[in-house]
Amino acid sequence: MSRITLSNLAHSYLPKPKTPADYALKEMDHVWQDGGAYALLGASGCGKTTLLNIISGLLRPSQGRVLFGETDVTDAPTAARNIAQVFQFPVVYDTMTVRENLAFPLRNRGRDAAYIAARVDQIAAMIGMEAMLDRKARGLTADAKQKISLGRGMVREDVNAILFDEPLTVIDPHMKWELRTQLKQLHREFGHTMIYVTHDQTEALTFADKVVVMHEGRVVQTGTPEELFETPEHTFVGYFIGSPGMNLFEAEVEGNMARVMGHPVPLSASYPAARGRVQIGIRPEFVQLADEGLPAIITRVEDVGRHRILRGEAFGQPVNLLLPEEIPAAPGPAFLRLAPEKINVYADDWRVLPVGARRAA
Amino acid sequence: MEKSWNNRAWFLVLPVLALVAFSAVVPLMTVVNYSVQDTFGNNEFFWAGLEWFEETVTSERIHAALGRQVLFTAIILAIEVPLGIFVALHMPKKGFWASLCLILMAMPLLIPFNVVGTIWQIFGRVDIGLLGRTLTALGIDYNYTNDWLDAWVTVIVMDVWHWTSLVALLCYAGLQSIPEAYYQAAKIDQASRWAVFRYIELPKMRGVLLIAVLLRFMDSFMIYTEPFVVTGGGPGNSTTFLSIDLVKMAIGQFDLGPAAAFSIIYFLVILLISWVFYTVMTNLDREDRP
Amino acid sequence: MTLELQGVSRMVGGRVHIHPTDLALQGGTMNVLLGPTLAGKTSLMRLMAGLDAPSSGRLLWNGQDVTGQRVQDRRVAMVYQQFINYPSMSVYENIASPLRLQGRSRPEIERAVGEVAEMLKLTPMLRRKPLELSGGQQQRCALARALVKGAGLVLLDEPLANLDYKLREELRLEIPKIFEASGAIFVYATTEPEEALLLGGHTATLWEGRVTQFGPTPQVYRQPVDATTARVFSDPPMNFLPVTKSGARLTFGHLANAPAEGALAGLADGRYLAGFRANHLALNRHSGRAVEFSCRLTATEITGSETFLHLAHGSDLWVGLVPGVHDLPPGSEVSVWLDPAHVYLFDAEGALAAPAAYALAA
Repeated sequence: MSRITLSNLAHSYLPKPKTPADYALKEMDHVWQDGGAYALLGASGCGKTTLLNIISGLLRPSQGRVLFGETDVTDAPTAARNIAQVFQFPVVYDTMTVRENLAFPLRNRGRDAAYIAARVDQIAAMIGMEAMLDRKARGLTADAKQKISLGRGMVREDVNAILFDEPLTVIDPHMKWELRTQLKQLHREFGHTMIYVTHDQTEALTFADKVVVMHEGRVVQTGTPEELFETPEHTFVGYFIGSPGMNLFEAEVEGNMARVMGHPVPLSASYPAARGRVQIGIRPEFVQLADEGLPAIITRVEDVGRHRILRGEAFGQPVNLLLPEEIPAAPGPAFLRLAPEKINVYADDWRVLPVGARRAA
Repeated sequence: MEKSWNNRAWFLVLPVLALVAFSAVVPLMTVVNYSVQDTFGNNEFFWAGLEWFEETVTSERIHAALGRQVLFTAIILAIEVPLGIFVALHMPKKGFWASLCLILMAMPLLIPFNVVGTIWQIFGRVDIGLLGRTLTALGIDYNYTNDWLDAWVTVIVMDVWHWTSLVALLCYAGLQSIPEAYYQAAKIDQASRWAVFRYIELPKMRGVLLIAVLLRFMDSFMIYTEPFVVTGGGPGNSTTFLSIDLVKMAIGQFDLGPAAAFSIIYFLVILLISWVFYTVMTNLDREDRP
Repeated sequence: MTLELQGVSRMVGGRVHIHPTDLALQGGTMNVLLGPTLAGKTSLMRLMAGLDAPSSGRLLWNGQDVTGQRVQDRRVAMVYQQFINYPSMSVYENIASPLRLQGRSRPEIERAVGEVAEMLKLTPMLRRKPLELSGGQQQRCALARALVKGAGLVLLDEPLANLDYKLREELRLEIPKIFEASGAIFVYATTEPEEALLLGGHTATLWEGRVTQFGPTPQVYRQPVDATTARVFSDPPMNFLPVTKSGARLTFGHLANAPAEGALAGLADGRYLAGFRANHLALNRHSGRAVEFSCRLTATEITGSETFLHLAHGSDLWVGLVPGVHDLPPGSEVSVWLDPAHVYLFDAEGALAAPAAYALAA
């Protein structure tokens, strides 16, 4: 097991890339600490699968190096990197039984039969397929097949890292809970470095200790789920994480006061004068209905079970509120209170630090 | 699966039924008619019952032809199927070379059967053929008109040249449908080249292989034109396969009755073996389903 | 406009795919079919569309029996999980194709395509080919083709399942608006409870080929008629534990006690199964009536604003969802509280014995 370092890395699918737009992956430096549980989160086409394939060696980067520990593996083939990968759609060997499927990576590495048998039983118990071990993989349902793929990815104990490429796409919601918890337990038990690629924020946030958010071929923020939620460094992070995403209002900021169309909104800290397009952002969780505050019109109330989503607009800009299940609400004019300590300030989409504050590492 | 029913659909099937009746059923009935009668010419026919069938089933000549036929088909299947798979596995997957390969591979399939026969007939001749003369010059005693083994080798090589492409192209199509992720997963599992073939490529090719084997079986079991043009069934009767023998009987000797009975049995044998092939291979497929 | 299923069932090769089902869908409503994979959602839709013939029962369209009618003769449109468009045609031609089949006039087609394209935000890409579009746009194109027909019945089979999370969120917002404008009967299959709630309308929960409940979505969510429905309509999964009622007391598991109040007071003494949702567990005594449970924490998942607690309570596995970030060490013992007002009681057969008090108030 080892730390994975990406140094000065970039990739383009074109033979002679010219403009930055030609790069699927823009220049980046990144370190994946040994034993970390990471999620790589972004919309489709943001470059996250490209990055994953570079780490696994299925793709050679156009520039930069990939290091496992101190060893440069940029030119090493996949088989030499000792990693495991689970793909979006189930990859099983149809003519083998479930047992043979799980044992395959170990058999190829010449492990002894007793070890293989014990390890396969252990993994089968983890993915809940003990009863099916002697059935052929062909003809199983998609989620059963995907569980086998997951099992095959986890069967080797000595891997440098386990990479997951949207592995739960074909799994039923109920099963997702179980598998995710099992992945977490596995991570705790064996301490493998895990990198989990997904477009699903819930999966990313719940799985990972550190989430890497990618947007248009670039890492826009790396942080704990809490950091991504509380202080998105980029408006894209605010939009992409949280459901609904962060509310943004065009505003003028002066010291510890913001003005939305001239309407004062107090802030909890003092901000330096920002240039460019200035916006304030606040999560729907931290907007409340009040007797006074920002005037708005609520147009829709959606009952989504454990809470209600109120959708409306304030000064022509869309705004969403999240209220607990018990609090009644109806469409109509309303005043909004924005919790000052939960407001972030953005200039040209990047977060502005309050005076005297330092950015989290 | 039951669908909504609509009787108008039957009208659309009518033309096909009429066509099949005209093209298959009517000629087949003529053959059946001949097979139970005897004639001394002048369009006079006598009832012969199952006499011709008994004769066909017990005829040593036909047994010998059948033996040669089975051997020939077995040999060309044993060569063409593995060779076709091997070629398909080594063809480029995309780009210019893939297209070029496909065109080159398709070439032999486009040549009419008797032209194939003629090409090889001349190619192998000892006096003017490139192959025949080269072999003779190398000191190899090769002459397909005298030696039965040489005749067999020539006919088999010709068939392999003509038809391996078909197997290769079908397998190639099967291979193309395998998602890239399978190969990536195999790399990560450190599967050997053989394991990739055995557990990924072969299972995914099974469907097309079944079709390839069936087609090649039926075709080779009915082979006529090419060996007839090259060897005329000789030397002696050594390359007289079932079709060639049948034609000799029907047209050479004008034994219409026995030839008709022969045809029907021939047809039933092909039908039976094809059915056995098909059932066995599809059952193999089903066995490992739960 | 109504679609009525009367005792419709489907058997394939001796196996029951759909048990006899009665459903009545009204025009201008959104009807969600909610259930896990293989619960029979697609089978039921195929029966509604007429793609499969029912083994028994009748389908009535506006009161008329259409059971044996061909799909082509019904006013049905369907959208699948895969984005199905004609790859060689432009988006415009794709959307126009059902109208051309109907033999509509040119100006009529232009107007109809224009309207639908505007509604689905496809106007700027009408000249492009479907494969040049993003996944979300391709699915919008398929939706547009389904809507432009003016079909009375629009069937959507997990239409957003192959889309990115955020795109799903956006289209989910648009779909109810679109359906409100069209007046057709919409049937929408999904595996996700949250999606059903966001779409609103009516929900039918499916489990192993059986419709377990059908009604307004929030009602099915808060007042499930049995444990199966409650389980299907809970994500994270509903938590269960055995409970004994004896006189005026409820005993949860072995230790925790609570007074049997309200609807529970009239319940016969005996053993029941208690069910409650993840978000009703709390890490503090949030109400005076709350009952305390001691659990072993197996894992925590932090979403940034909330924390999922995976708990083992004896042999029962629970999931709790609490606000805020709680990074508790796995393996530790934690106390969680539950207000009996949030508990549903199911009898031995799984039927609802007593609803949760809060749900009746909501």
